Amino acid sequence: MIIAEKKPIEEIIEEVKDFDRILVLGCNECVTVCEAGGKKEVEVLASALRMYFITQGKEKTIGERTLERQCDHEYLEEIRGNIDDYDAVISLACGVGVQFCAEKYLEMPLLPGVNTVCLGANEDRGLWTERCQACGTCVLARTGGICPVSRCAKRVLNGPCGGSTGGKCEISKDTDCAWQLIVDRLKALDKMDDYEKVAPIKDWSTDRAGGPRTVTREDVKI
Amino acid sequence: MRLKIPTNFRIVRLPCTGKLDLIHVLRSFEKGADGVFAVGCMEGDCHFNQGNFRARKRIEQAAQLLDKVGVGGERVRMYNLSSGEGPLFAQYATEMVELIKKLGPNPIKQMKQKKTDAAAA
Ligand code: SF4
Ligand code: SF4
Repeated sequence: MIIAEKKPIEEIIEEVKDFDRILVLGCNECVTVCEAGGKKEVEVLASALRMYFITQGKEKTIGERTLERQCDHEYLEEIRGNIDDYDAVISLACGVGVQFCAEKYLEMPLLPGVNTVCLGANEDRGLWTERCQACGTCVLARTGGICPVSRCAKRVLNGPCGGSTGGKCEISKDTDCAWQLIVDRLKALDKMDDYEKVAPIKDWSTDRAGGPRTVTREDVKI
Repeated sequence: MRLKIPTNFRIVRLPCTGKLDLIHVLRSFEKGADGVFAVGCMEGDCHFNQGNFRARKRIEQAAQLLDKVGVGGERVRMYNLSSGEGPLFAQYATEMVELIKKLGPNPIKQMKQKKTDAAAA
């Protein structure tokens, strides 16, 4: 899922302090699971903002709403009827949701309430770690299901590099060397033959290098 | 056991302190509470294993947030005791009430009162 982190409240206050009617808009999907922008976080942020502005002697209206998703037209349409009750929206969705909302409501100032970090997994309570960088041409089949693009600092495709020590990457002793993980898994799968094969040059045009990406599906388009 | 406890706090019962959410604490302050303390079982003794640890984290989150919004994080506390320790509960309640008296009323309540007074004048 998409992993996001709450922005510090000071930063949010700074962004919204000049607006009088503010809508805090959450999203029920990824940001709910990573506890950054779901209904609970909407309630907490709205309550904190209300208290802050009261202590400052300012009168503000802080609205709360959480949509099923902010990256789909149909759900974003649900706020069309009352978006004009507000002067600004703080979206707690990932960067995709914030932008999609901004595109839809052209004249409404849209402010992000979270920092979108990566595509990752929930490894442990309070710990989310990156697993994929959406390179567009997945190589997991030959790397034992471990991604060298997102998990190797150098994105080495025939690793490891010379910096791999004791299973850790040279960037930090806390970071596993992706290629160590790959070798370990290939061994477990009895597929070390795959490791011997030199990876062909990867098509990076499907990665960010080729500019913004789109997926067009004629088979589902109507 | 008849124990003397302060009368100026209200007990909100939860099935486990793990049920306590950050928003419950914040809403209490929005509604005018001067302080909130959570009383959980001893650490390691939670029937649901981690309920009281979760509560502690949420109390810490509340304290941080209350500091940042000008209400004051020292108004929230987490205590742990076993269900047989009535006297300790009374002691913690007294401690908390004294702390709050020292800190004075919740600024939210004061600001709201000021507004009501101004409107009435
Ligand atoms: S190879 Fe590309 S698509 Fe596959 S997991 Fe890694 S970044 Fe994601
Ligand atoms: S040590 Fe391993 S993970 Fe780190 S850059 Fe080298 S190959 Fe990649």
